[in-house]
Amino acid sequence: MKPGVFSKALKSGAIWGFVVLELIFFSVAGEFLSLSDKAFMDWENMLLLLKQSAPIGIIAMGMTIVMVNGNIDLSVGATFAIAAIVLLDSMTWPIFAGLGDWVIPVAWLLALAVGMLLGALNGFIVWKTGVDAFIVTLGAMLGYRGIVFMFNGEQPTSHLNWTLVDFAEAEFLGLATASWFLLAVTFAIWFLMAKTVHGRNAYAIGDNREAAVNAGIRVGPHMMINFAIIGFLAALSAVVFYSESGSVNPNDGQLYELWVITAVVLGGTKITGGAGNVIGTFGGVIAIQLLRKGLGHIGADTSTVNLVIGLILIAVLVLDRQLNIKGKEELKL
Amino acid sequence: MTDPVLRLEDIVKTFPGVRALDGVSFAVMPGEVHALMGENGAGKSTLMKVLGGIHQPNEGHIYMGDEKVVMAGPLEAKAKGIVFIHQELSLAEELSVAENIYLGELPTKSFGRVDSAKLDEQTNAILKKLNVSFDASTRVGDLSIANQQMVEIARALTVDAKAVIFDEPTASLTDAEKVVLFDVISDLKATGVGIVYISHRMEEIFKMTDRISILRDGQYQGTVDTAATNEEAVTQMMIGRKLDLSRNASTHDLGEVALEVRGLSCGKLYKDVSFEVRRGEVLGFYGLVGAGRTEIAETLFGLRDPSAGQILLNGEEVRIHSPADAIARGISLVPEDRKGQGLILGMNCRDNMTLPQVDDLKAGPFVAEGAEIAIFDQYRDRLDIRTPGWRQQVGNLSGGNQQKIVIGKWLSMHPSVLIVDEPTRGIDVGSKSEIHKLLRELAAQGYAVVVISSEMPEVLHVADRIVAMYSGQIMRTFTAAEVTEDNLIQAISGITPGQAA
Amino acid sequence: MATLTRQQVGTFLAKQGILVAFVAFLIGFTIANPKFLTPDNILSVVRSSAILGVMALGVTFVVISGNLDLSVGSMMSFSTIVVLDLHDKIGPTMAIPAMFAMTLALGALIGFLVGYLKLNSLIVTLGMLSAIHGLTLTYSGGKNMDIVDKEGTWFSVFGQGSALGIPVPILIFVTLAALLGLVLSKTGFGRKVYAVGGNGTAATFSGIRRARTVFMCYIMSAACVATAGLMQASRSMGSQNTVGQGMELEVLAAVILGGASLLGGSGTIFKTVIGVLILGFIQNGLLLIGLQFYVQFVVTWIIIILAVWLDIAAKRGRLWSPIA
Repeated sequence: MKPGVFSKALKSGAIWGFVVLELIFFSVAGEFLSLSDKAFMDWENMLLLLKQSAPIGIIAMGMTIVMVNGNIDLSVGATFAIAAIVLLDSMTWPIFAGLGDWVIPVAWLLALAVGMLLGALNGFIVWKTGVDAFIVTLGAMLGYRGIVFMFNGEQPTSHLNWTLVDFAEAEFLGLATASWFLLAVTFAIWFLMAKTVHGRNAYAIGDNREAAVNAGIRVGPHMMINFAIIGFLAALSAVVFYSESGSVNPNDGQLYELWVITAVVLGGTKITGGAGNVIGTFGGVIAIQLLRKGLGHIGADTSTVNLVIGLILIAVLVLDRQLNIKGKEELKL
Repeated sequence: MTDPVLRLEDIVKTFPGVRALDGVSFAVMPGEVHALMGENGAGKSTLMKVLGGIHQPNEGHIYMGDEKVVMAGPLEAKAKGIVFIHQELSLAEELSVAENIYLGELPTKSFGRVDSAKLDEQTNAILKKLNVSFDASTRVGDLSIANQQMVEIARALTVDAKAVIFDEPTASLTDAEKVVLFDVISDLKATGVGIVYISHRMEEIFKMTDRISILRDGQYQGTVDTAATNEEAVTQMMIGRKLDLSRNASTHDLGEVALEVRGLSCGKLYKDVSFEVRRGEVLGFYGLVGAGRTEIAETLFGLRDPSAGQILLNGEEVRIHSPADAIARGISLVPEDRKGQGLILGMNCRDNMTLPQVDDLKAGPFVAEGAEIAIFDQYRDRLDIRTPGWRQQVGNLSGGNQQKIVIGKWLSMHPSVLIVDEPTRGIDVGSKSEIHKLLRELAAQGYAVVVISSEMPEVLHVADRIVAMYSGQIMRTFTAAEVTEDNLIQAISGITPGQAA
Repeated sequence: MATLTRQQVGTFLAKQGILVAFVAFLIGFTIANPKFLTPDNILSVVRSSAILGVMALGVTFVVISGNLDLSVGSMMSFSTIVVLDLHDKIGPTMAIPAMFAMTLALGALIGFLVGYLKLNSLIVTLGMLSAIHGLTLTYSGGKNMDIVDKEGTWFSVFGQGSALGIPVPILIFVTLAALLGLVLSKTGFGRKVYAVGGNGTAATFSGIRRARTVFMCYIMSAACVATAGLMQASRSMGSQNTVGQGMELEVLAAVILGGASLLGGSGTIFKTVIGVLILGFIQNGLLLIGLQFYVQFVVTWIIIILAVWLDIAAKRGRLWSPIA
């Protein structure tokens, strides 16, 4: 057996193994530590898990193609917040006053368009200036958040439209709308990355940009499209979530980029680009959500959760490095 | 008379302050293998960049067949049938062979989907022509370097290539793999493609090519029929002077054993390696890429842990844990990759040279910059390093001068054992011979020198004894008197003495 | 040759672009509000930049060595909360060293992970940002920390005192900048930091202990963060546990503005100080011309991108990227 085959298999399957481990751990720990009577692993809880994974999960799919492409997007949390504000506030704008409930799809489209544009803006800057995506989106993280605060200061923005809430809370075939969106997006991005030219090019660009350029692939527009995709998905995530919630705080979405990147990295996507897939990311999303839920189940509070997630990310990196060391083949650099 | 496939006429290319190409003319006939030779800086790569559309010539024209053409950019050049097989492979490791070959031109179905059936069909057709052992769906990252090169060549075949340009194609190939490559080149030649072969390796040039064109200092020196010339004449045209390549016998006494290695092994990289190096001698290591020579050097320098065996310095057994450790024990390594491992390109010459001893050159808590400059001046003079001053960024120096900075860095440490891995790779012929002379001088001064090389003339010229390695094992150790080109080649190809040739 | 001169002028503008833009800003702000360049205001800006500035000094080491530290904001919150809490429990004389020890321990952890285990510093410090935030919340129980007897302690000197007419925070910033500037530019350690950031492999091949150098850079960063936390705690004598939130971005902006390359191997303490001041004056200027507080986030965003863009453009000789 070639060296590395086992560790490669382990790595791509690893995240699912981790998920199983978590399920076992929390189920057992829950028996002793939980305040509620219900078991951790009951069907309803798992369905809820899927639904709660949607906000991060939807964005994580976009992050997968962006990272495979060799880029990164730290502004997704801020974009999420802006889209939420556009969604909720636009339903109160006088121009749409005569639409009645038809304002809902208009608000959706508006929010999605804004998200897509903000993403495309990042992509455009990366393309035309050559500044690294990390810096561009780091700045955008700050700038977009500034716009969020400029809108309403530190006050929340709210609007309740009961038709919307009813739709958002509905279930089709036993799954919540949010869950359906998550599954649909996962499938769509999987298809994009595995089956289309654009998706295959993303791997090429992330792995060896020069080769891609020499092959005639137009790298600039490609990257811009991927940023537009993740912007769109950040907005979609906000639309899905806030349609149900009806109120957004200017601080919402903060640290989302951390969760999303953690999920994507956990799922096996390389930070340097060129490798990764959506199935792994999905596993990473579930793993993180499971962790949050599990910790809550055994009585930990948010601060502990933050602490643990941060440490898990680091632990995964360490493990990944250990699995990748080929022994004597490696130089002690 | 047939038109050349490709003709460059009186090409002039200038950059601010430099006339890189000064009226160069060059023509490639269909079905010929045409070598392009010249020292580094002679203009070969600039000429190729003009051909490939990366640079526009200031004067002069390019003709393909009988038509004057303008290469607006790399894509245009490719569209016109000019294909490059570069030294650095440009493949995407995560994608399959098929996806790499047709990168940028993947056949599509509706909705932007890749038509995998068609893709595989087309790819397999090409792979069959090349007689390869892998198939269209293999992940490129899983292939050996030689096979990856085949993928690049396959890419060339997707284009209706008129001219294929090979840039140092055999650098990482075993002899067996070279044979496959040469077969492919012959096949291409038979189909009427014009082939440009850029290489420093004389044996290959004289074996494979029909004509040789030489550039020197941006000027065209002439074209000769390969059959009608020899290495000396070609070298003469390249450098404009005669090189003394005769072997130097040791004229001095040898000292005690500075370094002894007994039964050293490192996993599968090398096994049961034993040798000794005395002060005053140059021990050469010759073999193919992958024979294990560099890995031994890395072990001696603390970059690898051996799995078995002993290392003795001045008779005492030692364990070397890190480069800092090795340096403290008097071992210095001039590494294979001077830009990636030997130098910090963004730093100036002086700082690069004094880096290993920066903690020892102190004036109070600070670095003694005066002492540093003194060291730089000393080795700049000794090694004839051409640079405007110590403040110059090392990245701006030529390859030969960069290598001298690295050598100066290690000489200033006064090591007892100096290991030099590929001392003159990618360096112009003039600097090459300077460095060879230097290595002999160092031995005369009492250093114990180990030279690892992949160039036979170099190792024959410089070494007192030669260790021939093959596949991680020492096949034979030759003295200068008993080595011949033939028995050396046999040894490194895995043939032990006594086997039928 | 005309083209040459134009190229040279272009490069000059790009390189000095930041300073040119900054001077333009200064002039613009002063016209809009004459209070901008008064000695009082200048002093106030420098003083309020001091805390950020101290943090930026440490991060400079990390960036030059080729890494990042996104945890400095939450680490600073941690330091501030801890020292305020310990002040009332074990007195200032013991609280300060204790807080330094704890902060340095965090820095050591990061230094270990990035230096010795060679993990990616962006992801590690992003994870630590969250972890330390959680740690701070747990430590403080979610509450604010206040010193009970604000008048009866000498603790306030770091943040509020002055010596020879100069506010102590400025003195601390300037002294630390001078000291660290010397360390970076004149000592063997400083040379090694540049080497590791310039080409880590070559640095190892030259006998430099790369892991130790990276580790020490994170220790320096943590020490600076601890100092900043001390200054902050001393200034307000009480604090929320989110006081440092977002500062990692401002620090990075200052370092980038100062011209350090995020790839490693270049930058200086002096340049970082300039970057800190530029950022401070711009933020102040925006406030003085009456713009809403949050506008400075947007302005900082634009500045960061412009600064890096011009730097890259100068290096490659073209304004626009050659990406197809």
